[in-house]
Amino acid sequence: MYAQMVRSTGKGITPREEMSAQERAFQDRVDRDDRIEPRDWMPEGYRKTLIRQIGQHAHSEIVGQLPEGNWITRAPTLERKTILLAKVQDEAGHGLYLYAAAETPGVSRDEMTEDLLSGRMKYSSIFNYPTLTWADMGAVGWLVDGAAIMNQVPLQRTSYGPYARAMVRICKEESFHQRQGYDIMMKMAQGSPEQRRMAQDALDRFWYPSLMMFGPSDAESVHSAQSMAWKIKINTNDELRQKFVDQTVPQAEYLGLTVPDEHLTWNEERGHYDFSQPDWNEFFDVLKGNGPCNTDRLAARRKAWDEGAWVREGLLAHARKKAARHTAAE
Amino acid sequence: MSSVNPGALPETDTESRPRRQEWPLWEVFIRGQHGLNHRHVGSLHAADAEAAIRNARDVYTRRNEGVSIWVVESRHIAATAPGDKGPLFDPSQSKVYRHPTFFDIPDDVGHM
Repeated sequence: MYAQMVRSTGKGITPREEMSAQERAFQDRVDRDDRIEPRDWMPEGYRKTLIRQIGQHAHSEIVGQLPEGNWITRAPTLERKTILLAKVQDEAGHGLYLYAAAETPGVSRDEMTEDLLSGRMKYSSIFNYPTLTWADMGAVGWLVDGAAIMNQVPLQRTSYGPYARAMVRICKEESFHQRQGYDIMMKMAQGSPEQRRMAQDALDRFWYPSLMMFGPSDAESVHSAQSMAWKIKINTNDELRQKFVDQTVPQAEYLGLTVPDEHLTWNEERGHYDFSQPDWNEFFDVLKGNGPCNTDRLAARRKAWDEGAWVREGLLAHARKKAARHTAAE
Repeated sequence: MSSVNPGALPETDTESRPRRQEWPLWEVFIRGQHGLNHRHVGSLHAADAEAAIRNARDVYTRRNEGVSIWVVESRHIAATAPGDKGPLFDPSQSKVYRHPTFFDIPDDVGHM
């Protein structure tokens, strides 16, 4: 997902009898769906996992602007251009809501940015794929934002108050993103044979990377087990992936496009689609930094950070000077 | 009673790295429409109040969410501590007579 393979304590769930009184009281609060707020007591592992997860999520929103920013100047009409601009601006906003939420358990935004640039923190694997044609804007909105919604809707009920509130704001806006993407796909799918080919090609290239967004099966993962006990992860990766496939296949059929999976079949007994897993070796390789665009994405973030340094410093100096003048005048 | 800044970051940082020069944190309050209170919507970083308002406009009112913005630097907010919840707020739980529904008024009296 936007936060993939987030490490937790790595020790699995602490048995209740081994918890301290404080930890037990904390778990009880989580169990009865009480929200945890920044200044409440929380286990150190919970705090660290939150920073990792929300931080990774925030980084994904920011880096996620790059593949789409690529098309702002190339949008086919002025209307499409203004819509895409609004969408990319939303992603910046989502990043900011999430950075603000991630700061509350005790890390600063600049520290998180530095950790992203140094490679210590990750962002979603999906943004390391290139956006080669205008149809990719449709596929990204429809599939990538669609997969994000799958994950974010349940996270509105996450145990950590600031994270849950950020998710509520984000989900309200995310629906616009998915629909604008599908709208592009409809236009392309109903267009000329060449446009149809572009639409199919975009689906072919984004299908498996979208399935990877949920991360590999985590049914056995100790990290996920702990995160789920703490309710900072609500569903398993497999549950969300299945839900995404079930929802998306009929949408592809409506477009008259073919999901690039020869094993895709409706399983009457399960009431779900059976589908092929993506190539997990590719996923791990992309996470390691070897995806098609990893280098470009980080280079773009580094450039923005470095070249923005004088603005950050200048505005701060200006604010201080103004404040000093104000004090002197009093 | 202790009062602490909610915006102030806890001292226990993940890694003890040198504190850098960062833009201060501001809390943002938006009036959704005339007649309603300003409500806390979130926070953001900005060098000064003017920039904070401009950023708040971009971050929190992209879809007609507001007609007025307040910002205040987080460090200026005084707040109750989580531990004060019991002593401060529990006493009002037992004072049920403060609510109108505590009193049974016969139907014959009419709307009251």
